[in-house]
Amino acid sequence: MTDYNEELDCSGMNCPMPILKTKMKIDTMKDGEVLRVIATDPGACSDMPAWTSRVGHELVENCEEGDKFVFYIRKGE
Amino acid sequence: MGERKSMAIIASKGTLDWAYPPFILASTAAAMDMNVKMFFTFYGLPLLKKTIKAKVSPAGNPAMPMKMPFGPKAFQGLNWPIPNVVSNNVPGFETVATSLMKKTFKNKGVATVTELRDMCEQLGVEMIGCQMTMDVFGFERDEFIDGVNIGGAATFLEFAADADIQLFI
Repeated sequence: MTDYNEELDCSGMNCPMPILKTKMKIDTMKDGEVLRVIATDPGACSDMPAWTSRVGHELVENCEEGDKFVFYIRKGE
Repeated sequence: MGERKSMAIIASKGTLDWAYPPFILASTAAAMDMNVKMFFTFYGLPLLKKTIKAKVSPAGNPAMPMKMPFGPKAFQGLNWPIPNVVSNNVPGFETVATSLMKKTFKNKGVATVTELRDMCEQLGVEMIGCQMTMDVFGFERDEFIDGVNIGGAATFLEFAADADIQLFI
């Protein structure tokens, strides 16, 4: 279980909203802080790593909790 | 990471189904830190109007699945083949198909076209309206949302020439 600073619930949202909401949320955070994102869109499982690697954030951990997908993203510089 | 990428999109179609891909790709590309410009021409131009009234037309769209957005899951999974003779000739069929599609999208958590366009604006996507299309179809600048720039083919191509991704939709 990773510690996190902020949390964003994208449950029920479909592509591309989880990515867009995550981008907007992480823009309000400081470098090095961790955002916990919850999603139900299975597409997020491949989209989230693609997005983090492109923009330079670190996907610290991703896991399934029941029927949800949870991502821990550390904001890059 | 590396150098900032850029994407140029031409949005040329105005039906509800075709309105989605340009806004989905533009907003996502902007969220991936790309510099994005969209050029709205021909039937795509009305997507810049303050209120988007795009409809889906089953006519001439033979591969379009018709699904019901209500009832048990097995029922929702059924595909209803609608013969062209019905979709082309029954009055109001387009309205029915449009409302079914909007309802299905809402049930599946898909944002509306207007919401996606708002995201594009917030993420700094530049939207260019085609001057020639405005002249031909009789649109005025004040019918469009704020922030739209008006230009022609050269305006778009000057940016597209150096863009990493160029799409015609």
